[in-house]
Amino acid sequence: MRALVLTNFKLRRNLREKLSTFWMKCCYILVLAMPFILLTGLLIKSSLLFGEKSLTELIFSSEWKPMSGKFGFLPFIISSLWVTFISVIIAAPICLLTAIYLTQYARRVVLKIMQPVIDILAGIPSVIYGVWGIIIIVPFVSKIAGWFNVHSSGYSILAGAVVLAVMIIPFILNILIEVYKTIPIELSEASLSLGATKWETIKKVLTRKAFPGIISSFGLGVSRAFGETIAVLMVVGNVVHIPTGIFQAGYPLPALIANNYGEMLSIPMYDSALMLAALILFIVVTIFNMGSRYIIIHYEKKI
Amino acid sequence: MNRQLLRKSEELFYRVLMIISTVIIIIALLAIIISILVKGMPSLSWSMITQTPKGGYYFGKEGGILNAIIGSLYLSGGATLLALAVSLPLALYMNVHKLKQKNVVNSIRFFLDLLWGVPSIVYGAFGFTLMVLLGLRTSLLAGILTVTLFIIPIMVRSMDEVLKTVPKGLLESAFSLGSTRSETAFRVMLRQCIPGIITAILLAFGRAIGDAAAVLFTAGYTDYIPTSLSQPTATLPLSVFFQLSSPIPEVQNRAYASAVVLTVIVLIISIASRGFSMKYQKNKIK
Repeated sequence: MRALVLTNFKLRRNLREKLSTFWMKCCYILVLAMPFILLTGLLIKSSLLFGEKSLTELIFSSEWKPMSGKFGFLPFIISSLWVTFISVIIAAPICLLTAIYLTQYARRVVLKIMQPVIDILAGIPSVIYGVWGIIIIVPFVSKIAGWFNVHSSGYSILAGAVVLAVMIIPFILNILIEVYKTIPIELSEASLSLGATKWETIKKVLTRKAFPGIISSFGLGVSRAFGETIAVLMVVGNVVHIPTGIFQAGYPLPALIANNYGEMLSIPMYDSALMLAALILFIVVTIFNMGSRYIIIHYEKKI
Repeated sequence: MNRQLLRKSEELFYRVLMIISTVIIIIALLAIIISILVKGMPSLSWSMITQTPKGGYYFGKEGGILNAIIGSLYLSGGATLLALAVSLPLALYMNVHKLKQKNVVNSIRFFLDLLWGVPSIVYGAFGFTLMVLLGLRTSLLAGILTVTLFIIPIMVRSMDEVLKTVPKGLLESAFSLGSTRSETAFRVMLRQCIPGIITAILLAFGRAIGDAAAVLFTAGYTDYIPTSLSQPTATLPLSVFFQLSSPIPEVQNRAYASAVVLTVIVLIISIASRGFSMKYQKNKIK
């Protein structure tokens, strides 16, 4: 009897072990397969469009007339590039300086105060950023445009970029703080003992050491900014044209997808075109992500 | 002497810049919260958060956004639970079963980071394709599935960060006492890290409730509180977005009030998760 209970117990334990390991393996496979599933799903949908036109024709044409089957993505791609790069240019120096300040100069208390600030900024939903953009940034941009004698409603590339910059700051900053924290203290001690000032040490020793990490943090910022949808959509103006200045309205790729989902099933090929936009987003973002991650991994090995 | 002065003043210059940029970040956060509160508070009323939209609500008549609040909670709650069923086992698998195979663990981390970087609108578009394929209509279920895919990488990576910190000795002693891998995972690791894991869950919940792009295609929008998984549902971010695009000032003011509700919910989640991670610091076996 006792033996029976024991074997029973063993069997149950074994079964439980097997079952849970099986489920874990399923989850593991799901995650590994996910990027490929995403890719094929979008590819199948958008490939309908390739039957009629070549990819280069689609990407480098600026004619967007869904009703007559003309899908040129150039205005959207150019708008996305404008918004993304301006936002990273705004965010990058702020993040870099703040990261250096928090890790090298500031007292621990300051870092303790800033950590929740960064976390809360990172957690605010993008629609809230959009509302904030409409309340404060858009009128402000309109006023700035006035100083340059440009007439602008404020709903412009610049407004989108400023809102985006604030959104990606916590993201870039967190990585930069990690990067600066992992630099061994001996390095700066050696430099300081040779008579360099603190700033010279930071500029010529630490930042040089952290350079790959800094570049990859900006790369991750680019990929984050490129795919951001609702906040940008709310402030960027959404006019289909190739923008030539920062005070003009733009129409980035994510906004294109989000704005037209309603009518995409009523116009032929429209859904394929929007899926192609999603595919372009996915590929660009993934390339930037992979590049940046690769640099980080490579750099971690060196330390 | 002159050179010395130059060195000093350069450092001073950059230190001032550093402090300015730190202050800019703090001001940005305060500006967001204060501007939302100032714009939204006047139109926030009790009826707004306890009623569903009545007839003519979108022309400024009475009603509230209870449909969106409840809808958002259903959607994020469902997605968080589903994601938990995938994320927790995977995170444990990485840190117990595959502990010795660094390559496997690193490749999972790499894939998760890639997935984390994929914009939510892409998940939305993909979810929509899937819906068409399966013959689903915009519904709570489709929304939950899409958001689940979107938050899995966030949840696994944050759980992984917590589980990574558990000392190896704890695992070794559990194994040496004869426990199986899954017992070690669920009875020792999970118990050791429970506050950190709750933090990860809350983080994912916060992401799910705040995201608009993934549910835009899949969850639809309705004035009613959904009673089954196959009905469409309203969500808070979309309710802010739609009301704001109305030309009527009253409705726009309500959008600001809805934004206050959303911000408050997200802040509460953020503070709660902070509390849990503080607790985690205290109870950890080192």
